Amino acid sequence: MSEQVDGAATQKSGATWDNLLRISMREAGVAVALVLIVLFFSATAPYFATTGNFLKIFVQIAINTVLAAGMTFVILTGGIDLSVGSVLALCTVVGATIMTDERLSAGTSITLAFFACLGTGAICGAINGWVCEKWKLPSFIVTLGMLNIASGLARVVSNNSTISGLPQPFVEFGNLIFWGVFPSIFLIAVGVVLVGWFILRFTVFGRFTFAIGTNEEAVRLSGHNPRAIKIAAFTISGLTAGIAAMVYLLRLNVGSPIAGIGYELNAIAAVIIGGTSLSGGKGSIIGTLVGACILQVLSTGLQLLGAEDNVKPIVIGAVIVLAVILDTYRNKILRLMESRQR
Amino acid sequence: MHGDEVSRPRAETAATTEQPILRLQSVGKRFPGVVALRDVSFEIARGSGHVLLGENGAGKSTLINLLGGVLQPDDGEIWFAGARYQPASPLEAFKAGIRVVHQELHLLSNLSVAENLLFEQVPSRWGLVNYREMNRRAAELLAEVGLDVAPTTEVGRLGVAQMQLVEIAKALCHESKLLVLDEPTATLTAREVDRLFAILHRLKAKGVTTLYISHRLEEIFEVGDEVTVLRDGQHVTTRALDGLSIPNIVELMVGRTIADHGAIGTAAPDGEEALGVSGLKLAADSPEISFSVGKGEIVGIAGLVGSGRTEVVRALFGADPKAGGTIRIEGQEVEIASPKDAVAHGLCLATEDRKGQGLLLEMSCAENMTITDLTRVSRRGLLQRKDENDAAARLVRGLRVKTPSIHQAVRTFSGGNQQKVVIAKWLFRGPKTLIFDEPTRGIDVGAKAEIYELLGNLAAEGKGILVVSSDLPELMAICHRILVFSKGRISGEVPRAEFDEHRILSLAYQEYGRVRAS
Repeated sequence: MSEQVDGAATQKSGATWDNLLRISMREAGVAVALVLIVLFFSATAPYFATTGNFLKIFVQIAINTVLAAGMTFVILTGGIDLSVGSVLALCTVVGATIMTDERLSAGTSITLAFFACLGTGAICGAINGWVCEKWKLPSFIVTLGMLNIASGLARVVSNNSTISGLPQPFVEFGNLIFWGVFPSIFLIAVGVVLVGWFILRFTVFGRFTFAIGTNEEAVRLSGHNPRAIKIAAFTISGLTAGIAAMVYLLRLNVGSPIAGIGYELNAIAAVIIGGTSLSGGKGSIIGTLVGACILQVLSTGLQLLGAEDNVKPIVIGAVIVLAVILDTYRNKILRLMESRQR
Repeated sequence: MHGDEVSRPRAETAATTEQPILRLQSVGKRFPGVVALRDVSFEIARGSGHVLLGENGAGKSTLINLLGGVLQPDDGEIWFAGARYQPASPLEAFKAGIRVVHQELHLLSNLSVAENLLFEQVPSRWGLVNYREMNRRAAELLAEVGLDVAPTTEVGRLGVAQMQLVEIAKALCHESKLLVLDEPTATLTAREVDRLFAILHRLKAKGVTTLYISHRLEEIFEVGDEVTVLRDGQHVTTRALDGLSIPNIVELMVGRTIADHGAIGTAAPDGEEALGVSGLKLAADSPEISFSVGKGEIVGIAGLVGSGRTEVVRALFGADPKAGGTIRIEGQEVEIASPKDAVAHGLCLATEDRKGQGLLLEMSCAENMTITDLTRVSRRGLLQRKDENDAAARLVRGLRVKTPSIHQAVRTFSGGNQQKVVIAKWLFRGPKTLIFDEPTRGIDVGAKAEIYELLGNLAAEGKGILVVSSDLPELMAICHRILVFSKGRISGEVPRAEFDEHRILSLAYQEYGRVRAS
């Protein structure tokens, strides 16, 4: 018995080191991958390592990053949200309709559109969560339903047409570039990620998000109500779909009922590449940001290398699967480290 | 009486000309922290009806799992039908000729009876299923066990007894040499039991050996020639059933000893009630359960596995719905519809399934300990890491949890340390009454003693404690009073002064006997 105690004491420094390594491995692994990919394209693809190109990448990353940030919450609780793409479409037409209303001044219409976008998204998300929990349905099915419902609603609201003619100050803000390389919409996306990171890391709600994904029954038997937390996670995902819709309007300046098709899959891909486990409980939103970067860098880099449009999805598909395969090895290594530590 | 050569006493085995169908030689099986089987050797004669008995935790299930290919022994050898028997999987086990009918049935409920029966050898032609042949053969098998249903019936629509017969028919179709039946009559009515026995006799006439496990002691005389008794993972005896009585058999099963661990010596303080349960019903037609736990009192719940112990504590904690009854906390009647309500009233439950229901395995020791009451380590919804780490460090010291760091994932902990984390998380919440379901299952002796000491200390602080355990000597060592459950009802209550393993065990078996007799 005394041997064990001594062993524990001498291992203390080793343990902290291992802990650091374990925490960093989840995020650092993907970050290293991103750096390697960037270096590779910088060396091989013409024009890749230019300010103009990075600016373009940052513009293109924004929408997916915001969607994926919200998706991270849902996936961490063990669910999935397939509806974010069409909820985004619904939000863009709601926002654009309000902003193009001639009775309102530019400032009022932008403010109203902002809250309407976020509100619409949050309501869709809350409905997703509430239906899932009320009838104990798999989120895959419920959000698949919402995908169609929101898409239909978007057509109804927009009368099946794109809505353009957004107020000038709004369009100008969307075109702003800070420090020569950071577009405004990218900074919004980074802001969303930082807020998400803070919530997950420092709040009681964040702790419950991880705990439910790890073992929902244990959380319930500890005297809590997992339902409320799960509904909140879906609401956050809907809310970020609303924010992403604002970003979409800032970038493309039109509300469209057919916006966002397939966006949910890109968002899920970013979350998974970022190291979050589809079964919940493990992952990080910083990883998600890096995952979104990897997807876009690959896409842009391949294009600059002269790859055909048809080849790009093949490579990106392979990378998604590769990321998950690498994740299983990462978990094996972590377990090995832990068993050595014991 | 059933077969000539098989009812001879075991001492003459060497003299018998025929080889035993099954021979265990110094078989041992260990799990982390516990020895489930230790040096078990016995033989089962070909064509005999062999009965395996033992208290909860005696090692019966482990033995069945070894035979069924679910587990592999750590020590010793098993010989079956004259050859070394080393199945790596259940499939290999029944290919070799051993068929285990588990207590929980493993049927594919949305397939037909015929598909279930012939699942491993579907009659086919050019890769297409030959349904006519399949149903014909299934009908034959069903006739053999006397089950009158169409082979095309969906299994999910059958009753439990019928499913049991399908499982047995399945064993027949594989021409099993050894049929292992684990508690086959647990859910059957008296008539169905009679039919099952008729089938077993017919099988025996065909030369099939059966290994029979049952809680209902009086029925073993109808199916068995010989009996093997296990106690504490060790072989006690193998002998002919002829001449043995039920009291003799109970005598063989009891007598387990438990290491001395400074058990509580004081009598129950006759103070106020901590927890009271009146007329608790699990289902509309189930018996009513009433009992109470005093402040500073440790009350044990004994009974066989499946006697309703776990179901009752889960229902009173609000983990599962209940059909009726009232619950009092400190004399006040309270409404408990969910674990959240229970915890709010100062109740807590350490479940029997530590890993599945108690712990967040992938999360850290500290995170597990504070999950019951995060308001204490947060301010306005923001976690205060320092408060959390301090609280966790205090609990780790107080309960002597062995871990290099409070940030270590509890998945890496031993069973005993994991259980301490479960206890710690409830102590963090500051409950008034604690319920423990199998608190020492799978835990090594040293950690067990520490947990007993902890329970004693908690009681001394005036908390009410309810302990469900399959380990009777353990309950007798730590409890002021033991409630005995038998088939869903409380068959007796034994105060500390009258603790007697024999008596408690008889009470535990009581209701099972009654059903057969009726």
